[in-house]
Amino acid sequence: MAEAARARTKHVVATLAEMPPGSRKLVTIGTREIALFNIDGEFFAVLDRCPHQKGSLCKGKLIGLVESAAPGEYRYSRPQQIVRCPWHGWEFDLRTGQSRVDPSSIRVRPYTVEVADGSVVKGGPYQAEVFDVSVEDQYVVIAI
Amino acid sequence: MTPPTAQVIDRAAAAKPAANTLAIADCDVHVVPGDQRRELFPFLEKRWQDYMATYGLRPRQGFAGGPAYPKGQPDAARRDAYPPGGKPGSSLSFMREHHLDPLNVQMAVLNPLRTGQGMQNLEFGSAFCRAMNDWQIAEWTSKEPRVKGSVVVAYEDTPAAVAEIEARAGDPNFVQVLLLSRSAEPFGQKRYWPIFEAAAANGFPVGIHAFGYGGAPVTGGGWPSYYLEEMIGHAQCQQALLMSLCMEGVFERYPDLKIVLVEAGFAWLPSLCWRMDRLWERMRDEIPHVKRPPSEYVREQVWLTTQPMEEPEFKPHLLDVVKWIGWDRLLFATDYPHWDFDHPDHALQVRVTEEQQTKFFLQNALDLYKPQPVG
Repeated sequence: MAEAARARTKHVVATLAEMPPGSRKLVTIGTREIALFNIDGEFFAVLDRCPHQKGSLCKGKLIGLVESAAPGEYRYSRPQQIVRCPWHGWEFDLRTGQSRVDPSSIRVRPYTVEVADGSVVKGGPYQAEVFDVSVEDQYVVIAI
Repeated sequence: MTPPTAQVIDRAAAAKPAANTLAIADCDVHVVPGDQRRELFPFLEKRWQDYMATYGLRPRQGFAGGPAYPKGQPDAARRDAYPPGGKPGSSLSFMREHHLDPLNVQMAVLNPLRTGQGMQNLEFGSAFCRAMNDWQIAEWTSKEPRVKGSVVVAYEDTPAAVAEIEARAGDPNFVQVLLLSRSAEPFGQKRYWPIFEAAAANGFPVGIHAFGYGGAPVTGGGWPSYYLEEMIGHAQCQQALLMSLCMEGVFERYPDLKIVLVEAGFAWLPSLCWRMDRLWERMRDEIPHVKRPPSEYVREQVWLTTQPMEEPEFKPHLLDVVKWIGWDRLLFATDYPHWDFDHPDHALQVRVTEEQQTKFFLQNALDLYKPQPVG
């Protein structure tokens, strides 16, 4: 409840046009560095710091989820939705921030991302220090 | 097929790692020529340039086209370690900006892995090693005082290896002789003795790095299926060669010899020494030339680099291991630019005294390698 009660600030971090599917961007909000991904039209954002040795997840490879119910069997799903740390290969679910190595206790912080019209962004309580917002365009917004 | 390096995303200049003020020595840094023809060929006789073009590099192992196992990341490298347009470990300016400066590296020991070592053509292997040594001076050590080279030698050709060591003796561009752990026969055997003798006589510690092309599997039980098994298997190779050096009497024969075991962990050392000591007590008549318990030689003549550091669930277990080995025997290493890199801020996850920290991260390496200014 405390989480919900805390007012979130929305930050404009990119134009939609600069983030086509398959693109990624390292964005800075205050002191936080956040890795932003567009995967097949859906946006994901996580803190850009692997909890292991602080590798930059924005430079990680996107892989699918490979699971095995038993030796000799495998299931491959959710292509591109797992980010693999560029250093030691720790894997994180971009949707939840949970790690593959220990999902219950090791995670990277995920952030809510939305796409908003310029008209909304211009009117609302958005932080957009580095963008000249135009009503004709759409923007990628991260809530913190 | 797209070459693996082309799949690497975000080749633009990488962000600097978090600033770290603790001064460190990095005893395992890997470098490769960015352009073999331009950088290496000036040091390679025309005869061997032509040989390379016609026959290529043919190591002793069956995996002639590359390493025995695939790597966890392309080029086995951190994905943020690619200089613009180049291979990881091919650019001094990028390494300064990405690694040496932000991590406050006071001394970096270069361990080139793709050299003439293990080549089936021994004469070519020796020529290639010699060229790699000249290249380290030209591209790295003459340009950056923090960087020190390793004399790579074609160790399956003992006289050639000895000649190369003697040619580099006293050269401040180099701080050690470099071998790879998987040799044709265990390193303690007689054919290799002159290499250790020459290194000891000329004041070079001998670094023995994981990998190699002897032809034997990475494990004592045959060829495993997975890269992960190879990575863990490096410890077996180091244990086998360390046991060989002890039992063949190499340490007894060359008391000035200093061995550095590189990139195979270290937590296995106590249990190996316990077994060696106990069996040595019982079978003195088989190896009468080994005058003292093997662990005594190890404690006096062996150092180990730290990466990849063991990470036990209960962190203080690591302290127990280090206490047995000795805070003066471990040399911090990152393995930059390789993917299994250890960051000095996060690698040692236990509380230590300031003295222990200084030894572990810097002083042990300076005491062992005694780097001298070039020129």
